[in-house]
Amino acid sequence: MEPLLACLVGLLFAAALYLMLSGVLIKFVFGLALIGNGINLLIFAAGRLELQQPPLIHPGSEILSHPVANALPQAMILTAIVIGFAMVTFLLVLLYRTYAYTGTLDADEAPFQEEWREDDSCPEPLIRTQQDIKRLRRESEL
Amino acid sequence: MNQLLILPILLPLATAILAALARDRPRAAQGIALAGAALHLAGCATLFILIVRIGVTALWLGNWPAPFGICLVADYLSVIMVLITATIHTAVTVYACRDITAEQVSSGFHSLLGILTGAICGAFLTGDLFNLYVWFEVMLMASFGLLVMGHRPCQLTGAVKYVTINLVSTLLFITAIGLIYGLTGTLNMADLHGKIALVGDDALLTAAAMLLMVAFAIKAALFPLFFWLPASYHTVPVAVSAYFAGMLSKVGIYALLRLFTLVFSSTAAITHSTLAVIAGLTMLFGVIGAATQMEVRRILSFHIISQVGYMALGIALLTPLALAGAIVYLVHHIIVKANLFLVSGLIRQGGGTLHLPRIGGFYSRHGLVTIAFFIPAFALAGFPPLSGFWAKLVIIKAALEIQHYTLAIVAALVGLLTVLSMAKIWTEVFWKPAPAVQHEQKTDVRFSPWLLAPVLVLALTTVLLGLAMEPLLQFALTAADQLLDPRDYVRAVLGGTP
Repeated sequence: MEPLLACLVGLLFAAALYLMLSGVLIKFVFGLALIGNGINLLIFAAGRLELQQPPLIHPGSEILSHPVANALPQAMILTAIVIGFAMVTFLLVLLYRTYAYTGTLDADEAPFQEEWREDDSCPEPLIRTQQDIKRLRRESEL
Repeated sequence: MNQLLILPILLPLATAILAALARDRPRAAQGIALAGAALHLAGCATLFILIVRIGVTALWLGNWPAPFGICLVADYLSVIMVLITATIHTAVTVYACRDITAEQVSSGFHSLLGILTGAICGAFLTGDLFNLYVWFEVMLMASFGLLVMGHRPCQLTGAVKYVTINLVSTLLFITAIGLIYGLTGTLNMADLHGKIALVGDDALLTAAAMLLMVAFAIKAALFPLFFWLPASYHTVPVAVSAYFAGMLSKVGIYALLRLFTLVFSSTAAITHSTLAVIAGLTMLFGVIGAATQMEVRRILSFHIISQVGYMALGIALLTPLALAGAIVYLVHHIIVKANLFLVSGLIRQGGGTLHLPRIGGFYSRHGLVTIAFFIPAFALAGFPPLSGFWAKLVIIKAALEIQHYTLAIVAALVGLLTVLSMAKIWTEVFWKPAPAVQHEQKTDVRFSPWLLAPVLVLALTTVLLGLAMEPLLQFALTAADQLLDPRDYVRAVLGGTP
């Protein structure tokens, strides 16, 4: 079971790194979600995988009478899932707001390469309405 | 008495909640934030005195038996970091009363600052690796919020860089945690100290150590992972940038300092030699980057990078003197750097801009601002008798003691180049006559005492630290001993004989 999981984790990491290094920020978000799952599986495997029973103490007994599954990695993964979810959400909103000004999410494009100065006059956002989004989409298709 | 350990985390978080409830009334929110910051400072000072008196103390949250629960541990390094955080938090909160607009207060400035402070204190006090990760995430989330407040386009592109690279850093961190848990079965740092020596798989352990080092190197803005810092710090309100400049990258340094003494001291020699090279390059590239800049806050941002290199060098050398040097440097740097960013706000108010060619004439018009800049700037450059001189001296002496001549020369050279940069700001802003074409430069600017007070108090602290370096150095040496020989730490956490 564990070698199989190791291969899966490796695959997820590879795919995620490919997406994150692509230079397009929206692909970075997908990479982030993917690698988060890879890491969760890694922690899961680190807690040792065996087909065992849930960590419950039988009624009338004070201690565990049988070998049980490790509960700690599950707690850690749960925390990591919640945090990862918040991060992806925040990043999506941030990218949407950024896109409204720059009209692009390609990290190699000019808006991401410029060194802005604080007293630069701020450009108007390119996107205010749904029509603006459609116009930009048409322009990018041309 | 050990219940006090929770105060540095609890007080700012409680303040954050109250400030969030009052955010529609900016004055009330300000009052709450000020009271909270003052209480926090008092709480941290009490904890500091207590720990100095009774030594390393641990608090098991929820009273789970060791090593299964989450514990807070306060040793000398932790308490001085917590105290300095509270100092900067208070200074920034006072400064923010005039620097932060009512609109920014109502979009939650004080709450975010409180959460950020609580998370930083949590990171300094926790004794558990996974808990450290959680505090890092809380810290990140709060700093994201502060970074994009006002969402101007320049802020957004800077924030995208900051957010993406910091997310990568936390991913590496949690991956390393997974590996370490798989190898040792524990994440309690004191427990790890003993168990890491029993791990048979050296290759995997080194991989985990390297992952952790890269994760913290990103947070600390070490070469070559520093580009996010100068891309974002100059775009935020002055009070926020001062807090970021003082605290954020230093949490990365603290994590390196803690983990690469307590957990990975004997097993991972390769990480320390790598860190030494990285530290040298960080110092050099930071200071060279600063030389090309013409905007005050961008120059200062690049100097954060070069200064962090000194601290990383102290950690890499791993001798008692070097570690003490790194701790002295941390204390000195946080105060001085936060102060310089706060002064940059005064410069912008008086000159209308932070772009060097367009300002001038401050020496004749704003005497107090001149003094307030002069002290931290030349403390940063390492002029005796200010605190930066002693901090640099200790680090260079430690490097010479173990025959790392190249690194010692680099450290001395970078000090010299720092003078160049500080002299550039000094000549342009203060000595040069005001340029003829004034762009909205007012001649009779009066600075609010809310802005001047924190700046002058921090400058005074810098002078006092420089004149009374001996107690701080002794304190740092004790802290370094605790790091290198963590028997007290382990005993406080796990109890009995380790």
